[in-house]
Amino acid sequence: MKELSIYEEQNLNFSHLTDHMEKLNDPLPRFFREAREKAAVSFGEKGLPDKKDEDYRNFPINNLFEKDFKYRFFKEIVHFDINHIFKCDIPNLDTHVIILLNGFYHGGDDQLTELQDGIKFGSLLAATKELPEVVEKHFSKYSGFGRDGFVDLNTSLARDGVFIYVPENSVLEKPVQIVNLIFSNKELFIQPRNLIVLERNSTFRLVVCDHALTTNHSLGNSVTESYIAKNAKYDFTLLQNEHNNASLINHHFIYQEENSRVETNTISLHSGLIRNNHFVTLDGERAENIANGLYLMDKNQYADNHVFIDHAKPNCRSDQLYKGVMDDQARGVFSGRILVRKDSQSTEAYQRNNNILLTDEARMNSKPQLEIYADDVKCSHGATVGQIDEEAMFYLRSRGISENEARLMMMYGFTHDVIKNIHVDSLRGRIEELVYKRLQGELAKCENCGFVNV
Amino acid sequence: MLVINNLHAEINGKEILKGISLKVNPGEVHAIMGPNGSGKSTLASVLAGRELVMVTAGEVLWEGKNLLDLSPEERSHEGIFLGFQYPVEIPGVSMVNFMKTAINESRKAKGMEPLSPSDFLKLMREKKNLVEIESGLTSRSVNEGFSGGEKKKNEIFQMAMLEPKLAVLDETDSGLDIDALRVVANGVNKLKTPQNSSIVITHYQRLLDFIIPDFVHVLYKGKIVKSSGKELALELEEKGYDWIKKELEQA
Repeated sequence: MKELSIYEEQNLNFSHLTDHMEKLNDPLPRFFREAREKAAVSFGEKGLPDKKDEDYRNFPINNLFEKDFKYRFFKEIVHFDINHIFKCDIPNLDTHVIILLNGFYHGGDDQLTELQDGIKFGSLLAATKELPEVVEKHFSKYSGFGRDGFVDLNTSLARDGVFIYVPENSVLEKPVQIVNLIFSNKELFIQPRNLIVLERNSTFRLVVCDHALTTNHSLGNSVTESYIAKNAKYDFTLLQNEHNNASLINHHFIYQEENSRVETNTISLHSGLIRNNHFVTLDGERAENIANGLYLMDKNQYADNHVFIDHAKPNCRSDQLYKGVMDDQARGVFSGRILVRKDSQSTEAYQRNNNILLTDEARMNSKPQLEIYADDVKCSHGATVGQIDEEAMFYLRSRGISENEARLMMMYGFTHDVIKNIHVDSLRGRIEELVYKRLQGELAKCENCGFVNV
Repeated sequence: MLVINNLHAEINGKEILKGISLKVNPGEVHAIMGPNGSGKSTLASVLAGRELVMVTAGEVLWEGKNLLDLSPEERSHEGIFLGFQYPVEIPGVSMVNFMKTAINESRKAKGMEPLSPSDFLKLMREKKNLVEIESGLTSRSVNEGFSGGEKKKNEIFQMAMLEPKLAVLDETDSGLDIDALRVVANGVNKLKTPQNSSIVITHYQRLLDFIIPDFVHVLYKGKIVKSSGKELALELEEKGYDWIKKELEQA
């Protein structure tokens, strides 16, 4: 291990990505290396997106790399017990916990952990050894190449994120929880890479929490691919609760087959900068996708949600509901693109984006984009950006409720139709609590995801 | 308990109330009638403290205090209730949470402990029965998706919960069918005590078949032009407002 240590942390020089990749010359199967190389070439040609790129037009990309971020090519050998720094304190939240520490799978790399019915989880690295055919079938198949520089960057350096395999007919009641921890005295650039595979008729629930335990600047560029086979059900909740020095760029590619059902909740409570790219391909009839999101931003925070639903087959249904409350000078973007292909008849596709701006300086850009090439389609979209309803405010006050309390009740009510869709009860309870605290202007932290000094 | 002296008020620079004087004693029911645009709702807004309306002259005394100095929530704590002409839908805010917060904020203002959850639920049940509101309505968000009649019943339910000393009912009868009207009026009548009073604002005499006023005032062009007993309402029903208008022109 010693000779590797010189590569442990480096400034990432984007122009020589292929040089870096030699350092990653580890015992990976050929398909994996090929995917990386392909992504590196693609990245070399296009680089990171810039302001000219329509999808990143409002995104403050120029400020992103001002910090001297270090990239860690290899996992850090941790000399402390993770349980001493972290234990999720949500009462009654009974999950199988997976920890990603600084972007790397924390725990044994050698083999996957088996739960019941052949359900397996572990590091992506271990999966390439144990289930290479599964990884080969899906890895980078949904993220693709050349569509987004951040994704290519992640693919070319992909190494050691979470892998989850849910075989046919298996149902896991207890959710799996991935906790992305950042714990470092450096300014880290991390690139987790996750692959989730749900085979036919399976049911699976996943909770992902993004938490920085240290207050240094950090930049996360994560890619998750989820493959949802015929008749499978996938329930996914992402909780982003960081601090102002944390920036998160997060991509989720969801590929759905016939009659599958996916429900995602993206809850962004706190972070300096958040970019969520949410790509869904409905590639089988009667597939259904429900995408909900909530973002509560203040100070100079930035939240940017890009949703793209591709109705590639007929008879599918999608429904997006994204809501946001922007305070102080916070800025946000919602871009919801729905593509209904020519032969995708009997499509139902809905989209709503509602925002409350609490100050004159807060900004929100809402961009619905509907591209419909089929003729038998039910589609609707609606975007609102407004202030607190003064008439409702007067109504509550006339019943003896103070202005502050009334504002809080209304904002909380506004967020409720997103939160109520979270199906993991104890998690919903905690998110309700965090949202309430957040709206009151308190720093909303789960107790044990507070900051520690290193 | 309520004394209004020479009240002038304007909305966006336009004078709507042009010198209103009115006195309401405990136990009295006052009906304020008048054609559209005469200033009835503006008067209700002034009493409840809506910021849109600016008082330019005159005074409103509530139990000897200057009412106009109080915020809308303070007026509620003091026992003034406005039944809205257009009750507001507030999505995501449950009726239970709304009422619990309203009652406990009022108790807090009076230095009382909050109601225990079981006492609160008991109170809800009791008042629901009293005003004949369907149980389902109180488990929903405030007024969300309620029909016109349900919204008005909900106003009366809130009034029952808050037990005001003075209820100002702003066109509570508008948009109601006769059954809903009866339920609303019954609620108001059941809540009547020798201590509390109401100001019932209405365009039609119909509501006054169910709620018998002690006094009827006619508001026209921002002034009370006629005050009398309940028989005035019947006369108005028969002759319409034109009769008053003509009388004024001749004078």
